[in-house]
Amino acid sequence: MRGAAVGTHHLVRLILRRDRIRLPLWLVGITALIAGSAESIIAVYDTAEKQAGYAVTVESSGAGKMLNGLPYDVDTLAGIVAYEATSTATVLVALMAIFLVVRHTRAEEESGRAELLRATVTGRHAATAAAVVVASLASVLAGALDAAVFAAYGFDAVGSLAHGASLAAIGVFFTAVAAAAAQVTASTRAALGISGGVLGVAFVVRGVGALADSWVAYLSPLGWVQKVRPFGPIDWTWLAVLLLATVAVLAFTVYLTAHRDAGAGLIQPRPGSPRAPESLGTAVGLAWRLQRGSVLGWGVGLVVAAVVFGSVGREVISMVEDNPAIADYFAADGAGIIESYFAFAVLMIAVVAVAFPVSSVLRLRAEEEAGRAEAVLATALPRSRWILGSLTVTVLGSVAHLLAIGVAMGATHGLVSGDWSLFGPVLGASAQLIPAVLLIAAIAAALFGWLPRLAALAWAVVAFAVLQAYLGELLRFPDWLSDLSPFRHLAAMPVEELQVAPVVVLLALACLVSAAGVIGARRRDIG
Amino acid sequence: MNPPIELRDVVKTFGHVRALDGLDLAVAEGEVHGFLGPNGSGKSTTMRVLLGLLRADSGTARLLGGDPWSEAAQLHRRVAYVPGDVSLWPNLTGGEVIDLLGRMRGGLDKTRRAELLERFELDPRKKGRTYSKGNRQKVALVAAFASDADLYLLDEPTSGLDPIMEVRFQECVREVKARGATVLLSSHILAEVEALCDRVSIIRAGAIVQSGTLDGLRHLTRTTVVAETTRPATELSGLRGVHTPTFTDDAGPHGEHHRVSFDVDTDALEGAVTVLRDAGIRALTAHPPTLEELFLRQYGDELSDADGDVVGQR
Repeated sequence: MRGAAVGTHHLVRLILRRDRIRLPLWLVGITALIAGSAESIIAVYDTAEKQAGYAVTVESSGAGKMLNGLPYDVDTLAGIVAYEATSTATVLVALMAIFLVVRHTRAEEESGRAELLRATVTGRHAATAAAVVVASLASVLAGALDAAVFAAYGFDAVGSLAHGASLAAIGVFFTAVAAAAAQVTASTRAALGISGGVLGVAFVVRGVGALADSWVAYLSPLGWVQKVRPFGPIDWTWLAVLLLATVAVLAFTVYLTAHRDAGAGLIQPRPGSPRAPESLGTAVGLAWRLQRGSVLGWGVGLVVAAVVFGSVGREVISMVEDNPAIADYFAADGAGIIESYFAFAVLMIAVVAVAFPVSSVLRLRAEEEAGRAEAVLATALPRSRWILGSLTVTVLGSVAHLLAIGVAMGATHGLVSGDWSLFGPVLGASAQLIPAVLLIAAIAAALFGWLPRLAALAWAVVAFAVLQAYLGELLRFPDWLSDLSPFRHLAAMPVEELQVAPVVVLLALACLVSAAGVIGARRRDIG
Repeated sequence: MNPPIELRDVVKTFGHVRALDGLDLAVAEGEVHGFLGPNGSGKSTTMRVLLGLLRADSGTARLLGGDPWSEAAQLHRRVAYVPGDVSLWPNLTGGEVIDLLGRMRGGLDKTRRAELLERFELDPRKKGRTYSKGNRQKVALVAAFASDADLYLLDEPTSGLDPIMEVRFQECVREVKARGATVLLSSHILAEVEALCDRVSIIRAGAIVQSGTLDGLRHLTRTTVVAETTRPATELSGLRGVHTPTFTDDAGPHGEHHRVSFDVDTDALEGAVTVLRDAGIRALTAHPPTLEELFLRQYGDELSDADGDVVGQR
């Protein structure tokens, strides 16, 4: 067994070297998010009455339970912060662990690089062990930072420790899940899908369990960590249960690794079609075939988010009645609370929806780097058609996403409240944000055309837009900085009236910038 | 009639690296032209300039009478390309990729496609990510040979193929040549080049250092002779045109053996053989240089200067 893990420390150093920027970014991001939530909650729920009001609202909020799980100890400030921050933090830590593990196990194997390493003095389990070690350390570090944040706000020290430990334990658990998933399938995407699916199921099961207040919540590891109750009577048993489950999954992983061939998974791939369908033969056809999975995947995710936001609409009014400070969070100044809420909700989802068109544009760069663009461009397909074909899928996918967000959110609110008057305005609000989304995608296209090596910088634009929308007010961004986000220039529908001018200007800019990108890509070397 | 490929004084730099440094290359219509050179000498860069993927910094490049950069797409209707390292979409099957590339080129021959799949023993139903290196190569080969191209740009096309598939590949090249198509075959498998090519160009550090017919190139070089004689043929040492003679003397059970091996210039061959005859020939082998030897000589440090004057002969 020791022989099978020989070389692990070399691989640990390799992972740390490769992720020396990525990993700190994750940790800083997660910590900043926890600190940001704590900061805003402490500011809003500053009196005992407001805290009691929060407890009453949350106890009766279905959507809140769906998203955040079981509300324990929410009549204390520490409990409220924990309830509001834990859900997002655990999901992020779990995602960090999943991405890290799959990236250094299955992705390495699929690319063939792992073979190079396995041929040296490294054991069968070394690659998995190294990824598990690093991901576990990162999780523990995230937990320690989390505990430090809670302690820094003056919350109970043991409770802070328990909260950090729960966060770390979730990270380690999903480290094990990802390690197992990486053994099961031969494809990186499938490994990510399986681990992400486990996380999604755990999330939904906990939500439904909390909603129905039933034993179902005990089926989810995300439910277990809430039972620890860091700011109530602490129950460490559930942490032990989670660690036991982790050990079990890891043992299963070791078993799987020992019983499969390098490069292969347990699931054998099925044969596909020997002939291409008629649709596959044009630039658009190829782009659609390559991206339909992500178009649909993103669509489902965004619609689910829109449904969740839509379902809460009715409860927002009662929450604001209990604590008017909440309205400040989505900046309702005199206007209808519900309209303000939907303007806020649509924007929150739309800034996240930008990730799809940006990743879609950057696929061009990925195709180029993989050498597949070369194969396509060696045919009679002109370069501009190749790019425009792909951008067509980007634009249509994005437009469909934003319309779906509006429809899902408006319809959910209509069904829940019986009030359909907001359906049109919410759909309009969502559709109106399309130009801002497309402009950010166009920036990605321009980077691809002119600075291909820096194309990934487009993610910085997405990150800024998200940061501005979520935390811009809180972090007191100066106006000139906030105005760099194209979303800021569009009317906050349905609170405000539609303004045509910014829509037209942003659309024109998006066309110009992406045209510049196409021109740049036509002029430069490929590959 | 324009030659299908004509590169004159082409320069391509990547930062400080001069990948192509005044490259001249001409390939005549209907010719199978071998393109030889070590790794990193600029073979793939040349191919990419010809495909209009890279833009030459200076010099002229003509492909099938057109400009490979500005008329890339139109010209590619008549061009088929096989890279040395084929990258496939992980979730598309081999058959789908063949159809996709064929359609994008403007159509492919279904019966030829089926026949080629058979010939290369390729399963078109497997996903891109599951193919081995050799099988990925076969996907690109089937896609290329199923087209009706006038010009085939093959960049180390057989890397990863087994010897049987190598033979099938050579059949395919002979067939397209018989049809009148032109082939530029970059390779470092010299046996393949010897078997297929009418003419050969050798590239080194971004420039062509030798170009000509195989026979012509051999003519410029030496014959390798190994002989066994009754008396030591020591006079060879002083003879002009005889290079690196090596003598070995054995006292065997059947008397003394005197072995000598040396390289000799073509015009000094007669003198060398006379010396051997006078020493009493017991056994003699002589062979023209293989391409391997040409190649080694081209890149062997001790001879590189002597070969410098060959540049530009075509």
